[in-house]
Amino acid sequence: MNSTLAILAILDGISYAALVFLVSVGLSLIFGVLRVVNVAHGSLYAFGAYLAATFSLAIAPISPWLTYPALLAASIVIGVVCGGFIERFLLRPLSGQEDVLQLLITFAAFMIMDNLQRLIWGVQPIFAAEPLRLLPNVAVFGVSYTSYQVILLPGVALATLFGLRYFLRRTLLGAVILAVTEDREASTAIGIDAKRVYFVTFVIGASLAALGGALASPTTSLVPGMGADMIVLSFAVAATAGLGQIEGTALTALMIGLTRAFVIYLQPEFEVLVPYLLMVLVLLVRPFGLFGAVQVRKI
Amino acid sequence: MQFLKAAVAAGLVVVTFTGTSLAQSKPSELKIGITTFLSGPASVFGVPAKAAAEMIAEDLNKKGGIGGVPVKLSFIDEGAGGEALVSNYRRVVQDEKVDATFASISSGSCTQLVPVAEDLKVMNFMWDCGAASILETKKYRYNFRTQANGTPEMLAVLLYLLKTKPDFKTIAVVNQDYAWGRESWEIFSTALKAMKPDVQVVAELFPKFGAPDYSTEVSRLLALRPDVVLTTSWGGDLDTLVRQAGQRGLLQQSTFVLGIGESSIQRLGKDLPEGLIVGARGDHWFLHPEKKNDAAFKAFNEAFKAKTGAWPIYPVYHMAQAFKALQTAYDKAIKSNGGNWPTREQVVDATGGTEFATGFGRPITLRPEDNQGLEAQLVGVTKSVPGYDFKLLDNIMIFDPKMITNPAGVRSVEWLKTLKPDFVKMDVPTFKAQ
Repeated sequence: MNSTLAILAILDGISYAALVFLVSVGLSLIFGVLRVVNVAHGSLYAFGAYLAATFSLAIAPISPWLTYPALLAASIVIGVVCGGFIERFLLRPLSGQEDVLQLLITFAAFMIMDNLQRLIWGVQPIFAAEPLRLLPNVAVFGVSYTSYQVILLPGVALATLFGLRYFLRRTLLGAVILAVTEDREASTAIGIDAKRVYFVTFVIGASLAALGGALASPTTSLVPGMGADMIVLSFAVAATAGLGQIEGTALTALMIGLTRAFVIYLQPEFEVLVPYLLMVLVLLVRPFGLFGAVQVRKI
Repeated sequence: MQFLKAAVAAGLVVVTFTGTSLAQSKPSELKIGITTFLSGPASVFGVPAKAAAEMIAEDLNKKGGIGGVPVKLSFIDEGAGGEALVSNYRRVVQDEKVDATFASISSGSCTQLVPVAEDLKVMNFMWDCGAASILETKKYRYNFRTQANGTPEMLAVLLYLLKTKPDFKTIAVVNQDYAWGRESWEIFSTALKAMKPDVQVVAELFPKFGAPDYSTEVSRLLALRPDVVLTTSWGGDLDTLVRQAGQRGLLQQSTFVLGIGESSIQRLGKDLPEGLIVGARGDHWFLHPEKKNDAAFKAFNEAFKAKTGAWPIYPVYHMAQAFKALQTAYDKAIKSNGGNWPTREQVVDATGGTEFATGFGRPITLRPEDNQGLEAQLVGVTKSVPGYDFKLLDNIMIFDPKMITNPAGVRSVEWLKTLKPDFVKMDVPTFKAQ
């Protein structure tokens, strides 16, 4: 592989990693704070994508540039409505009960949302590429890339990463979330409303899943089953990084994106295996993930 | 005397029962079990096919049904897959006691259900699945394929490419990583190697089924600059690949061949440029050059458009073919039975070797040696035509099924290896779009 192809592979890897990070980080955040493995995460991704496409197709005739705020609006709507509903009415009643019940209830939510998606948007693929078409292509060594994929998506992923870091470490609400994550009983004892923290965190995590879907919607066809595919990949990334590790999720997404891109250039038959092979290798050596730490269980 | 009375009574009983078995009473309804994808990515085919089945059944029943018996449909979701699909199939056959089944879209489903149909002795039409191997490895009594299989479908596309772009030197493939993606490439590449051995395969890419992103594959192909890119992908995967390739200029750089792209043309709209070679998976296209002025054909297409909002695509026609085959088989069996309603076995006997008119293409024959449907193949190239917001097919070629289907008893790949470069010189009529 010559240096030109290596640079192309790096660009492809970064572009893919950005999308993978945006989808996985919400899952990781929810697990980090609520200790819930949210199987419905894939459905939130799919709903975000479908609603963003619906908004985009509706608003593009008025002004194509309005499709960008439409993507954001769709993410927030799905995060607040669907995420809020799941946390308040499905997860909260199971608080304190066995973890497996939370897993099952989010799986049930996933199945229901999958059917709802078919009822609302049908089964034919939907495509809403207006936001992507607005930006010009850029040429690298004679190979054309869309600015949306090599500039905008990585930019949004970086902004999300640093925004989350700032939010969790420099704001009062972020500090409260970290306190509840560290010790729920102690933080409740000093007057923190843990239920509210869980609700807010779940809505943020759900909005991030929906944002991943919304940002993917201009580049891909929206089809039944897209949520199921993404949940598997998200789990692989989050587990490799260590559940709850936001920076780790970013680095793992980058690692998977770059490895996948190089594999497609060198040995394409292994492309499908890359995320899972990396996950297995990492978990064999570090069972808590690349950036996870050994947890001390309170008896 | 007592003995004589008993003998007469026994004789009457024998005559009565024998008579019943010869003249089957006409049922109140003819039940058909249909497996189709109602969930998952392949529902892009399954849902339109279900709509077509309902429309055809309604129309048939308005006209008195098959042999005067109305048809009743039961649907099974192929999306359930695996054991659930087999259980549901058994339930429909054994509990609902359907008279025939149409199964399935997926070759995986067909592979699972064909032995079950044989075991349950229920007549089954493989109405859409394409794996040639199913009928090549074993002779079945109750299973028939009412359309072509992957071999003539891929061979027709390759012949079209060789006839229209004979000078290409390099080719790359981007197929979905599952049975169809791999098998279709094996068919295509084997025939290509036999007919044009100097072509170099520069990339074989098999991205994950349902992949949302092909950026890296597109970059690699842009860097490799192959003369031809083949894809037999379908549904959302094909739409995504074509759009991502188009946005980055790959569709303009290489000649794209969409092996079964007919089903995506309407959805891709203006994103599909001119000059792409598109296969139709059979002898059907809503503007079929030999049938486009036929009143019944136009009425069918318009009724489907009114019902679903889209023109029919190939699974719709494949579903219609299964109904036409069933109707023809029953008519034939009733006629051979002296006008009486036939037994199931008599219908099965009548089905082998049947030729049936589809009404939207050339007639199809169910080859008696292996129950494989011999169906012509329609291939064309995309072209903008005023009045349509999507591309139409131009320079359409319709390939004779007898020329491009492997002989019964010979495995597809073995037959393809025997093809010679002269094979491409076969005479095929070409039709202009307008």
